[in-house]
Amino acid sequence: MEKTVNHKAWLLVLPVLVLVAFSAIIPLMTVVNYSVQDTFGQNQFFWAGLDWFRDMLASERMWNALARQTAFSLIILAIEVPLGILVALNMPKRGVSASVCLVLMSLPLLIPWNVVGTIWQIFGRTDIGLLGYTLDALGINYNYTQGFYSAWTTLIVMDVWHWTSLVALLSYAGLQSIPDAYYQAAKIDQASRWAVFRYIELPKMAGVLTIAILLRFMDSFKIYTEPFVVTGGGPGNATTFLSIDLVKMALGQFDLGPAAAFSIMYFLVILVVSWVFYTVMTNLDKREGK
Amino acid sequence: MADNATTRRLPRVNVVMVLYLLFMLVPIYWLVNMSLKSNNEILSSFSLWPRDLTFANYITILTDASWYMGYVNSIIYVTMNTVISIAVALPAAYAFSRYHFMGDKHLFFWLLTNRMAPPAVFALPFFQLYSSVGLFDTHIAVALAHTLFNVPLAVWILEGFMRGVPKEIDETAYIDGYSFPRFFGKIFMPLIASGVGVTAFFCFMFSWVELLLSRTLTSTDAKPIAATMTRTVGASGVDWGVLAAAGVLTILPGALVIYFVRNYIAKGFALGRV
Repeated sequence: MEKTVNHKAWLLVLPVLVLVAFSAIIPLMTVVNYSVQDTFGQNQFFWAGLDWFRDMLASERMWNALARQTAFSLIILAIEVPLGILVALNMPKRGVSASVCLVLMSLPLLIPWNVVGTIWQIFGRTDIGLLGYTLDALGINYNYTQGFYSAWTTLIVMDVWHWTSLVALLSYAGLQSIPDAYYQAAKIDQASRWAVFRYIELPKMAGVLTIAILLRFMDSFKIYTEPFVVTGGGPGNATTFLSIDLVKMALGQFDLGPAAAFSIMYFLVILVVSWVFYTVMTNLDKREGK
Repeated sequence: MADNATTRRLPRVNVVMVLYLLFMLVPIYWLVNMSLKSNNEILSSFSLWPRDLTFANYITILTDASWYMGYVNSIIYVTMNTVISIAVALPAAYAFSRYHFMGDKHLFFWLLTNRMAPPAVFALPFFQLYSSVGLFDTHIAVALAHTLFNVPLAVWILEGFMRGVPKEIDETAYIDGYSFPRFFGKIFMPLIASGVGVTAFFCFMFSWVELLLSRTLTSTDAKPIAATMTRTVGASGVDWGVLAAAGVLTILPGALVIYFVRNYIAKGFALGRV
């Protein structure tokens, strides 16, 4: 759609600007403020320059948390995206069964995050949970509070359970927008199932898939509540992701300076990666002439 | 031809879907199963369904004010947040969908960055900010804090829906002598009603599922249900039955509203861009 140039449109954006400034810029400035100061208590602050940033960059703790976080995000993306596409391809296209599938699949998305944690916490226990009990009965050594692999597997399966439907729903919406004529043309050309997927379905899903990956990356990178409920970051530090570590540092130990420096770098990482996705997304939009 | 196309893809019994839906539902079933057992039964025996069906866990929650007020508090701040988010997002989304103005692209991306911001980064500053203005432990504090990610989301989704409304409609209305507020309320709003509904649903959803900020900003008066649930951990161990029942009750509101927006969920998640 052709847009007209109108600088007065700023007035319409003003309420959003004021509100978001209050809820985002002021707190963010507080963080920046802490990140360059040191305190000896009694609300006396001293200029510390970039010391906290230097400290944090040199600290193994942050790099380890970042490594764990990156591994977690990459693993869940590698599972959720293909699985979501597979589910979307198998969903009924119309009718009552399509509605039923949509509603049932969306259920996990609407469960409060700590309840998601609670569900898996219970489900995985070897004494009272179906999953833990079954694995135990099969003779598999499974204990998510003690074992490194058990903890990671539980968290990954939980995230796949929680969010794969999001990828599936988006891919499904992309598939729905493909006219039947495309499939008929492919049939006349005797295209294989793979060719149909590769040259018709995948390109049509590209736009929504970028959004799905963007959302899943952002949200998995700031995951806090679910692992906190299930493993509390343990065993040891095995599942201490960035947000868990940050909350420990800021609200638990009250190390404001390092925590603030940590926050800023954390935010920057997300910002940079998301900017890349955003650019790809807007370019796709343009190419499709939307 | 059309018949051919549908029979080709008509699922007999689709194995992938059946397995996937089972995977979705079994953990939830287990929660429901536990909520209908007494704590004694949960700990003493292992069974796939409640042998000794009891609603005692639900009765505990629905008769104890310190429990059910958690739900009331959550619903109050979620509603406030939804209303505020949509009210400020509507004009902004209109501006983004219709006009070019100085810095519009940067502003749009900046809004999105707030959706990306990790709540953990904001927890402490929010606590200090709202304490210093005397809003700590009020519903409005949580509602305002959640606008951090809900306002950008609302702007995005609404902008997507508004793009779909042809601009000629605006122009015709102005020629007919409609003022902007009258045009917006009388003509434009009905056209994007489904978009507003979907946006409301998403604001509801993300405010409802969030715990970190709502827990940090409240202590007693506005404590959300998600935070109340932690109190099932008592001296005698965890009261699993009540915990499970509380969990089931947090799923219900979502399950109810999801039915109404089922055909728009994907479009909402795609930020209005499908």
